[in-house]
Amino acid sequence: MLELNQIRKVFHPGTVNARTAIDGLDLKLEKGDYVTVIGGNGAGKSTLLNAIAGTFPLDAGTITLDGRNITGMPEYKRAAFLGRVFQDPMMGTAPTMMIEENLALAARRGKFRGLKWGISGKERAEYKKLLGTLELGLEERMSVKVSLLSGGQRQALTLLMASLKLPKLLLLDEHTAALDPVTAAKVLDITDRIVTENGLTTLMVTHNMRDAIAHGNRLIMMDAGRVVLDIAGEDKKKLTVPELMALFSKVSAADEANDKMLLT
Amino acid sequence: MDFILPILNSLPGAAAQGLIWGIVAIGVHMTYRVLDIADLSIDGSIATGGAVCVMLIRAGANPWVAMLCAFLAGAAAGLITGLLHTKCGIPAILAGILTQLALYSVNLRILAAKSNQAISVDRYGLVVSQRYVHNVDLSNPLPLLVIIVAILIAVLYWFLGTERGCSLRATGANRNMAKAQGINTNSNIVLGLVISNGMVAFAGALLSQYQGSADVNMGRGAIVIGLAALTIGEVFFNKIFRNYALRLMGIVFGAVIYYIVLQIVLQFGLNTNDLKLFTAVVVAIFLMIPYLKGKWPKRAGKEARSA
Repeated sequence: MLELNQIRKVFHPGTVNARTAIDGLDLKLEKGDYVTVIGGNGAGKSTLLNAIAGTFPLDAGTITLDGRNITGMPEYKRAAFLGRVFQDPMMGTAPTMMIEENLALAARRGKFRGLKWGISGKERAEYKKLLGTLELGLEERMSVKVSLLSGGQRQALTLLMASLKLPKLLLLDEHTAALDPVTAAKVLDITDRIVTENGLTTLMVTHNMRDAIAHGNRLIMMDAGRVVLDIAGEDKKKLTVPELMALFSKVSAADEANDKMLLT
Repeated sequence: MDFILPILNSLPGAAAQGLIWGIVAIGVHMTYRVLDIADLSIDGSIATGGAVCVMLIRAGANPWVAMLCAFLAGAAAGLITGLLHTKCGIPAILAGILTQLALYSVNLRILAAKSNQAISVDRYGLVVSQRYVHNVDLSNPLPLLVIIVAILIAVLYWFLGTERGCSLRATGANRNMAKAQGINTNSNIVLGLVISNGMVAFAGALLSQYQGSADVNMGRGAIVIGLAALTIGEVFFNKIFRNYALRLMGIVFGAVIYYIVLQIVLQFGLNTNDLKLFTAVVVAIFLMIPYLKGKWPKRAGKEARSA
């Protein structure tokens, strides 16, 4: 499904601030894989997701999605195949537009946007039903501006938007990190439901080791712009947080590893 | 009480000017509010519109054709600003200033190397003219201006409700989100600038006919007058109007209010040389209001009302 081949990204090359964020990374995802991504600050997790989304051009390597080379494709074109939810709840929605307008925008991802009316009555009914599944009461507030929603409500809405037109790949970049624990758990529940119901291939970055173990069928750990650990299937199910911590210090070989990881 | 009569007498003129500048203000709304870009090229494109219109009418063109050409000339100016910004990475404000500066030379060329070209309503069949603003018959420019403004608002309201229009609003509201939803934000920014500058140039075409001449300096400070109308309209009418088309109308009302206030202060003896200073102060005050409102603690009564 997704194949990253020797991808590399250096920020600020040729300056004293030069930093290799992704260092010859290889990764292959099968269709339906639900992969959690962990690693310390600066390990390259977000950069990896942004590289796939096309936020910046790569220095080397290729990205193939569903047999199609998307390495040089501009961000807005790739979006046709991708669903994205960001860490910052402000980033995934248009605050000055209504809930239903945001959904209508997402429903047209990858389609030509012409002079037809931006949202149809049939769509509204459909969105009402979908919003109902979030159980946040948003189905009664469809013409409310998104700026009035809480962070958790926005992330849930962004998730819905990301999966509305089923993407080939769902990219979740620490999408619960800015939420309180209760809301975060709820958004993760919604995530699990949406991913499994639709069989979405998913990459989910998280800072939370317990979440990384509890969710998905595969776990990768990143360090210094590379994948240093890849655990799937039964091995992942049996994994515990202390084991994962031990593995991390072993593979990363960095003294301050423990400080860098958030222990939760 | 002898100042009342001149003020009343100047009201129709103020209304006509306000309606024309209301179109400029809607153009400013398109960039400054919808796209979240401060576009300074309109100072040039308003004069471009006026120049193109006047020169074409003098050459014997139908005034409506001349106005359409003025719209297209302004749209081209917007295209240049848009491409400088999106394709060449020049910050939007600078891109607008560059276009504005370049347009000064272009406008002088259009005006056949003169800074001012007159157009007499006696010799040409102009669409609107200041001379008839006090007439109580069909030659009065006000009804036609109201119709033109209403049509422009209707078209813009419709457009911003379409799929393309929604994607344009999303581009202004949140670029990141727009890109993640597959929206080509760059082409939308260019499109918005094209529409805005086209409208402003169209207003310039109306203005040149109304005042009977096109002047290379007629656009100086246009962005500030547009902002004045926009902010006055928003401060007074956004609370009353919820509907977007009505809010656009509120912006035009803002322009009319601005010109009425201007007539009043002129009547009270404001030196015309101080007009720009006056305008800048008005805009500064109205831009301050929303910010200062946010800083002051709300009174309990107000809180209850807004909740």
